Amino acid sequence: MQTDTWKLGGQEFHSRFILGSGKYSLNLIEAAVRDAGAEIITLAVRRANTKEQESILDYIPEGITLLPNTSGARDATEAVRIARLARELGCGNFVKIEIMRDSKYLLPDNQETIKATEILAKEGFVVMPYMYPDLNVARDLVNAGAATIMPLASPIGSNKGLATREFIQILIDEIDLPIIVDAGIGRPSQACEAMEMGAAAIMANTALATAGDLPLMAAAFRQAIEAGRKAYLSGLGRVLSRGASASDPLTGFLRD
Amino acid sequence: MENQFFVDSQYLSPEALEKKHRLETDPAFRKSHMEYLPGMEQIESDVCANVLAHMDSYDYSKYTARDVKAALEHESCSIEDFKALLSPAAELFLEEMAQRARLETGKHFGNTVYLFTPLYIANYCENYCVYCGFNCYNHIQRMKLSMEQIEHEMQIIAESGMEEILILTGESRGQSDVHYIGEACRLARKYFRMVGLEIYPVNTDEYRYLHECGADYVTVFQETYDRDKYESLHLLGHKRVWPYRFDSQERALRGGMRGVAFSALLGLSDFRKDALASALHVYFLQRKYPHAEMSLSCPRLRPIINNEKINPLDVHEKQLCQIICAYRIFLPFVGITVSSRESASFRNGIVKIAATKVSAGVSTGIGDHESKYSGKESQAAQGDEQFEIDDDRSLERMYQDIAEEGLQPVLNDYLYV
Repeated sequence: MQTDTWKLGGQEFHSRFILGSGKYSLNLIEAAVRDAGAEIITLAVRRANTKEQESILDYIPEGITLLPNTSGARDATEAVRIARLARELGCGNFVKIEIMRDSKYLLPDNQETIKATEILAKEGFVVMPYMYPDLNVARDLVNAGAATIMPLASPIGSNKGLATREFIQILIDEIDLPIIVDAGIGRPSQACEAMEMGAAAIMANTALATAGDLPLMAAAFRQAIEAGRKAYLSGLGRVLSRGASASDPLTGFLRD
Repeated sequence: MENQFFVDSQYLSPEALEKKHRLETDPAFRKSHMEYLPGMEQIESDVCANVLAHMDSYDYSKYTARDVKAALEHESCSIEDFKALLSPAAELFLEEMAQRARLETGKHFGNTVYLFTPLYIANYCENYCVYCGFNCYNHIQRMKLSMEQIEHEMQIIAESGMEEILILTGESRGQSDVHYIGEACRLARKYFRMVGLEIYPVNTDEYRYLHECGADYVTVFQETYDRDKYESLHLLGHKRVWPYRFDSQERALRGGMRGVAFSALLGLSDFRKDALASALHVYFLQRKYPHAEMSLSCPRLRPIINNEKINPLDVHEKQLCQIICAYRIFLPFVGITVSSRESASFRNGIVKIAATKVSAGVSTGIGDHESKYSGKESQAAQGDEQFEIDDDRSLERMYQDIAEEGLQPVLNDYLYV
């Protein structure tokens, strides 16, 4: 079997686990890289906006791709400003757009996200928009120049899994960009399921940050994502519906 | 039992003393606490009516262990559940509440704890609030820092590594006008990543001006939501106007501030009703302004200069913990700040359960950071403190203590955009 890699912004990645930015600690980053195999780590620009002794940038090992996000932005204008600041800080060209007008559930604002995507894609950013899974919005994001689509599985930090399963499946089926399932994945089994569905990668943070044994959970995510990916590549077997299948075919009456 | 708040100073003139005594003893001598003064903006809002309807009808004695258990079993906490969690019946379930609160805190904040420090720039006050060290009849060393002095204080604080600052003044428009505070905000933007304000309530356009000067968070303590009690504690000055104070956070948000903070001063009145009203104030405003960042503080009464006996009465640590856990379960997404009014041991414990922000390197006096931070005897004048603090840990020490508890201290998670 050929090496199973995927591409984003001209870069090739082996790992399909991306560390989100919600909760940060040195231990979490270590476990994500060492045990979960993460090659991309999200970084909230607002958290990087700190003095040297505290900067998360110092925690990120070499060879890891930084993915700055625009958390804290309440509209497209603010997101664009934060993305430009990230570039000035030397965080590279990748940017994850997060625009929230809701401090309770932190649900993304799809309309503003489309606007920001269009502006930033034109400026040469590799734009990764976090969105509520809506096919029309996803298509608009593709047209606006997004590099991937990042639908949420359930409210961020909730660990509730694939609450939007059917709609994510539609995006996977209809959109030609890699689909990265972001937010709400709380267990390795849920990550595995998303990968079986054909997701390109999984982004998670809280599931690891709040686990009993961080390195062990990080390793579990790695294995679950790899297992789901292999299942997707192999093609899932049939699932028997309840009861046996009818022995007499319904179409048995057809003569020629 | 009640606190004995009234203290006479020998430095007051006979006329001032006479006026003070009349204010204390003759309600008819006091202005209406429900009527706006000239210049105070009135906004249309239903938030206050919603909060008061719940608070006035809240009978916490009717809740039983069964209601508390049900509240803890529900996946999301309704207003009715929250009322049960604040009731005396819930005191027996404090450990269960703490477990649940910790879970909710973890979901929304992980293991992070934010650090900040307050900077008092003036302690002049035009109000007579009987429990406060800054009240206009209290004989204390008054002071207002010049811009040079403010900058000096900020430099000393910034050198300690602090990145978030909360600028405070006494409530005197005359001594500390909005322009003066705005200039202080501009200075603060040079030295700190995040600037908050805890000043007298102002109008929407003034909040907008202060936001443009660099402040993005506004804290206003309602002190007590019980209007009658409020009337008997705030005897003189613009602070006496209860409804103008209530709408401060809404005006601040309309003025473009990113976040607002709320609190009752626990120990002034019925703490269960005040805790209910504080959280519902957040709850209803959040529904109206869903983008805003909300946070709750939970200060208890402390001794002040010239009155060592002031205390929070029936709000012991256990009750305080109950309130904080109930806040967290009802409003899992809000920040909860626990100030240096509380002891180091209480703060170390509560950050593991529900608090997400603590102050460090605190002084509630004016212009005394150099002597407090470096131990150097300062030649310069200093202004007296608003209240006595309990936890005097430095930033370095606090940072270490939090990290040792397995938590992640965070100095900044904010961008001014």
